[in-house]
Amino acid sequence: MQPAHSNTVIEASKLGLTFQTSDGPVRALSDVDLSIGKGEFVSFIGPSGCGKTTFLRVIADLERPTSGSISINGMSPQQAREARAYGYVFQAAALFPWRTIENNVALPLEIMGISRDERKARIKRTLDLVNLSGFEKKYPWQLSGGMQQRASIARALAFDADLLLMDEPFGALDEIVRDHLNEQLLKLWGQTNKTICFVTHSIPEAVYLSTRIVVMSPRPGRVTDVIESTLPRERPLDIRESPEFLAIAARVRDGLRAGHSYDD
Amino acid sequence: MDRFRDKIIPVTTLLAGLVVLWYVFAVIMNAPVQRDMDRRAGEDPRFSEFIGKTLAQAKPTLPAPHQVATNFFENTFTRKITSNRSLVYHAWVTLSSTLLGFAFGTVLGILIAVGIVHFIALDRSLMPWIIASQTIPILAIAPMVVVVFAAIGVTGLLPKALISTYLSFFPVAVGMVKGLRSPEILYLDLMHTYNASASQTFWKLRVPASVPYLFASMKVAVAASLVGAIVAELPTGAVAGIGAKLLAGAYYSQTIDIWSALVAGSVVAVLLVTLVGVAGRIVERSMGGRPA
Repeated sequence: MQPAHSNTVIEASKLGLTFQTSDGPVRALSDVDLSIGKGEFVSFIGPSGCGKTTFLRVIADLERPTSGSISINGMSPQQAREARAYGYVFQAAALFPWRTIENNVALPLEIMGISRDERKARIKRTLDLVNLSGFEKKYPWQLSGGMQQRASIARALAFDADLLLMDEPFGALDEIVRDHLNEQLLKLWGQTNKTICFVTHSIPEAVYLSTRIVVMSPRPGRVTDVIESTLPRERPLDIRESPEFLAIAARVRDGLRAGHSYDD
Repeated sequence: MDRFRDKIIPVTTLLAGLVVLWYVFAVIMNAPVQRDMDRRAGEDPRFSEFIGKTLAQAKPTLPAPHQVATNFFENTFTRKITSNRSLVYHAWVTLSSTLLGFAFGTVLGILIAVGIVHFIALDRSLMPWIIASQTIPILAIAPMVVVVFAAIGVTGLLPKALISTYLSFFPVAVGMVKGLRSPEILYLDLMHTYNASASQTFWKLRVPASVPYLFASMKVAVAASLVGAIVAELPTGAVAGIGAKLLAGAYYSQTIDIWSALVAGSVVAVLLVTLVGVAGRIVERSMGGRPA
């Protein structure tokens, strides 16, 4: 493997993962070459079964690749996980129902052994960041779906990892809430300068958020196109009606169509 | 108002129906003996008189509800609670061994569940034995336990409590295995991304997630403990306790005493189960449970 560039956060080469199932082997990922730089916002888009979530899980050391190599900040996924190099946001908020919002955000901090005073400061800061101040003492069931997902993002931000892995975090929310959260997420990314890997199956969401869009296709799961966004970092919601935005969206759609076999 | 319509009316109606049915059966079951007694005394009572007499026998086959109620009331409220005839005294004796056995059983059940969840070897080996242990009739085990302990000089509360333990650890163990395994993969993945240790995952995720299961199984366990304590009093020649009262009633055909001891037993059972339920609700409330 070539030495990782100092600005490279994730470096995957010839990465492959084959699941052994009762119906025979399933190639979830095949020959994925990808390098993600610091401060990038990279979206992974593709139909179900294309391996986008699997790729995120490999980065997070929730799955082990069966071939090729991957490094995170120059470390193996396991080392990166042990160094708490990333925060992971799942599709479901996965808040603990018996903990208040502030205690949910405190969970990773408790596990990492951060002192009570420091925890308090970080909870306040991250809840401010996701606009949930005033809801510290509420239990998850007292919050709407969108607010719950914001709380789970706050939890992933609380321990200040530079890398944020997000697996369809807004997939279960309605479009109005999703637009709002997309806007907030961009703002948050601008404020924190984190590297974000974002899995989605919504083309507008991918184009609106990303500096780079990775188009994937299934059977076997692979990367078919990588699109650099030409949009500026500052993006108001109505940028989505601009010709530039529509051009990128069209390219993503073409990429998806080319990679997807419609004969089945 | 809703509570009145939805709960009190149906429950009262059902209860009234049962009482009527009970009276009917009391008359039917006590009639042969009454007819016999009347013939020997050379009496020929009218029908209404005959009914009255079947419901007022001293040692009826099936005592009438009011006989049981009177006996229960007298022996509960009019006796000194230190008296050997006081149901409160007997209930307390049974209750104390029930509570001790229930405490042992709950702790043992939790320990077994923790072992099963954390060690694959225990998971494979222990469960069949636990299930087998519950297929042995408690009536067969109880005298042996009591005799063995008496031989080494342990008598009184402890042997009885151990029989309660024997019955009550099982529901707690089964419920807690399920409870400790209840967190979904998603939550375990989340803990994994934090690089949480096994003990952190246990205390911060598995234990809180198992609490509802714990209280549900404790409700079953506390009732089983009471049964264990009563059964333990039968073969031990115990002089006090609801079980002893049942046995004495059976010896002397004091059917009314037997029934009122049974009533005392069910009152204790209702109290215990309610208490566990209330404790469960309080804990759930403090853990942010949604008010029902």
